[in-house]
Amino acid sequence: MPWDRNQMAARAAQELEDGTYVNLGIGIPTLVSNYIPEGVDVTLQSENGMLGMGPFPTEDEIDADLINAGKQTITELDRTSYFNSADSFAMIRGGHIALSILGAMEVSETGDLANWMIPGRLVKGMGGAMDLVAGVKRVVIIMDHTNKAGETKLLKACTLPLTGKAVVDRVISNLGVFDIAEGGLKVVELADGVTMDEVREKTDATLVE
Amino acid sequence: MAQKNYSDASSALEGLLFDGMTIAAGGFGLCGIPENLIAAIRDSGVKDLTVYSNNAGVDEFGLGVLLQTKQVKKMVSSYVGENAEFMRQYLSGELELEFNPQGTLAERMRAGGAGIPGFYTKTGVGTLVAEGKEEKDFDGETYIMERGIVADLAIVKAWKSDEHGNLLYRKTARNFNPLAATCGKVTVAEVEEIVPLGSLNPDNIHTPSIYVQRFVQGEHEKRIEQRTIREA
Repeated sequence: MPWDRNQMAARAAQELEDGTYVNLGIGIPTLVSNYIPEGVDVTLQSENGMLGMGPFPTEDEIDADLINAGKQTITELDRTSYFNSADSFAMIRGGHIALSILGAMEVSETGDLANWMIPGRLVKGMGGAMDLVAGVKRVVIIMDHTNKAGETKLLKACTLPLTGKAVVDRVISNLGVFDIAEGGLKVVELADGVTMDEVREKTDATLVE
Repeated sequence: MAQKNYSDASSALEGLLFDGMTIAAGGFGLCGIPENLIAAIRDSGVKDLTVYSNNAGVDEFGLGVLLQTKQVKKMVSSYVGENAEFMRQYLSGELELEFNPQGTLAERMRAGGAGIPGFYTKTGVGTLVAEGKEEKDFDGETYIMERGIVADLAIVKAWKSDEHGNLLYRKTARNFNPLAATCGKVTVAEVEEIVPLGSLNPDNIHTPSIYVQRFVQGEHEKRIEQRTIREA
């Protein structure tokens, strides 16, 4: 069985290292914070200007001045600090964040990432994604292996405008975990019951052993 | 002491607005936006604006109101996904749009305000953002040059101002506001509360008063885009 969104997030949470500062993107990556392993202490950065992001608020705790990068209401922790957007991206661009987990529309076998626009159709913008992939030490992508039309999102070369070139380290899809390696994508593990035949059928990128 | 305190948003903008001007605005989404100054700009009818702002508001609130009245010629933003009218005007060619990565936009404001006309960054290398920009290698890595922003006017929202215009922001409502404040030829701040001189801790001022030429106290709706809660 391929993983569902929560299982993908739980697998991605295994990437978190104790004592590090991490930025989680909007969508499935946000769910990763629900699965932080026991004994692992990470500090979450929100690029709109916060380190030490807490859980969603209760109804009583809602504060319009306290949101995350997805514009969701959020809470602070004992360790929280606030800062302006230039300081926030100095952390990101200066290489001070250990790991960024992001969503994607397409990833290429050389680690190119496309996740910000579909020309003529969907024009939302890159937000902080281009800064994150350029500056953060390790970039992990969580995405479905195929799009809604059933086409693969793991390609030899991206067809959409890029967010960054050769920036992705690892992809966690609903079918398994794949590393950008010499010569193509290296299969690290498969979701329970998923076969290599299924992965080959649903992947355009070169797969290497 | 020069009088910086104005009675309402329209009078705080008096004499500062002209067609074709550039405006830098603070705010992230609808958080920490100068909502009263935006409404006063709408009421003034000034047009052909170029607006530097991370986002473009939603359809009926924030900078979205200036899009509905077609007062904006060009937006420079990192993310405009919450605004259907924006998307419609852009895809039909009525509105110009320059996408800036969020960190690039923040740094452009910071640099412009600090008298730095350009800087190099890795962000956007190998993407559409790099098109037409100078590339330069440092220590074996390629960077692109981005320009500092100096705007005709900056509009910002703060939590508190003292009577001299020293500003304090609250939580994530700080975001782009301190940067926009530095890059305006003239900066107008709207605040929730004006407090007496000496009541803010000088060690904790976020925007020193030199950056603020005018300020006004206003009521703030503080609309929330994504009201997300957990069970108590």
